[in-house]
Amino acid sequence: MRPVQYNTKVKTVEMPEGYSGEGFFATSFDKIVELGRKNSLWPLPFATSCCGIEFMATMGSHYDLGRFGAERMGFTPRQCDVLLVAGTIAKKMGPILRQVYLQMAEPRWVIAIGACASSGGIFDSYSVLQGIDQVIPVDVYVPGCPPRPEGIIDGILKLQDLVSTESLRRRNNPVYKSLMESYGIQ
Amino acid sequence: MALTNEIIKQKLTEKFGDQLTEWDEQFGLLTFKVPADQNLKVIQFLYDDETLRFRFLTDLTAVHYPERKGEEICVVYHLHNLVDNIRLRFKVYVPSEKPDVYTVTQRFSTANWMERETYDFFGVNFIGHPNLIRILNVDEMDYFPMRKEYAMEDPTRRDKDDEMFGR
Repeated sequence: MRPVQYNTKVKTVEMPEGYSGEGFFATSFDKIVELGRKNSLWPLPFATSCCGIEFMATMGSHYDLGRFGAERMGFTPRQCDVLLVAGTIAKKMGPILRQVYLQMAEPRWVIAIGACASSGGIFDSYSVLQGIDQVIPVDVYVPGCPPRPEGIIDGILKLQDLVSTESLRRRNNPVYKSLMESYGIQ
Repeated sequence: MALTNEIIKQKLTEKFGDQLTEWDEQFGLLTFKVPADQNLKVIQFLYDDETLRFRFLTDLTAVHYPERKGEEICVVYHLHNLVDNIRLRFKVYVPSEKPDVYTVTQRFSTANWMERETYDFFGVNFIGHPNLIRILNVDEMDYFPMRKEYAMEDPTRRDKDDEMFGR
């Protein structure tokens, strides 16, 4: 018995399809990039209310979002890949949210966490934005009021599926371009 | 001698006579109505008088009474005498077509933001206010949301996608 016990339950991502031999491995470039993007998403939490508390639990040791490669919160839009909007967005907050989204570099994704971010939720009111997709495009909607951490993790996993199946240069894609144009971006 | 609501009422009646109406006392809080052009004079008198000493503006807001024709918008002032720890409330009624009230920002600096909020939600035009712009709602808003003139659910609204909610 060795004095130091190593953790033998470490899980690694699957190797992409490719050709390997002694001392080398060859595969297509996009598969490597997808692998990297998918498993090292940098989230930018934009938490305005109770969904933000659930998101903190998701980040904490019990649910540990770091298991899925999203360990580091970046509190600057310029370094982040995923904008996580958790909470009610008032109409006055709309332009600020949009500004944060515009400051993010491509490729960028957005998750709307909870009923308020997705649809305005219970706040069917003159002052509340009826879903953040009124101002920025959204990739994944997580329902719930607020959603449990499992729900948020499920949303992140759905986004990882999206990331791994997207083309490398999504921003050159005409569908994506027309989506951006419909939001008046660029 | 402790200051009581009776003394306050008596002093105000001596000074302003019949102009102050609708005297009321709910939960011990003295309430009365002041003509719209007299609000500054009443506030100044309550501030300066050596026995009244109402020198703290607790709150300033408005209420919309659609059933009071010709004086729909009610501006409410809450004053506090911090020495004798006694409060009072007076109301000013103005028509919703022309809701003009004199600002009290010269007497109470705290009224600046309170009057901006009251303008934001009820559209009360405070004459003489240094910066009467919206404070809480978006600047582009072209209506006053707390007035009771809107249906509970506005059928013409475009910002809620009906197909998402089965409406």
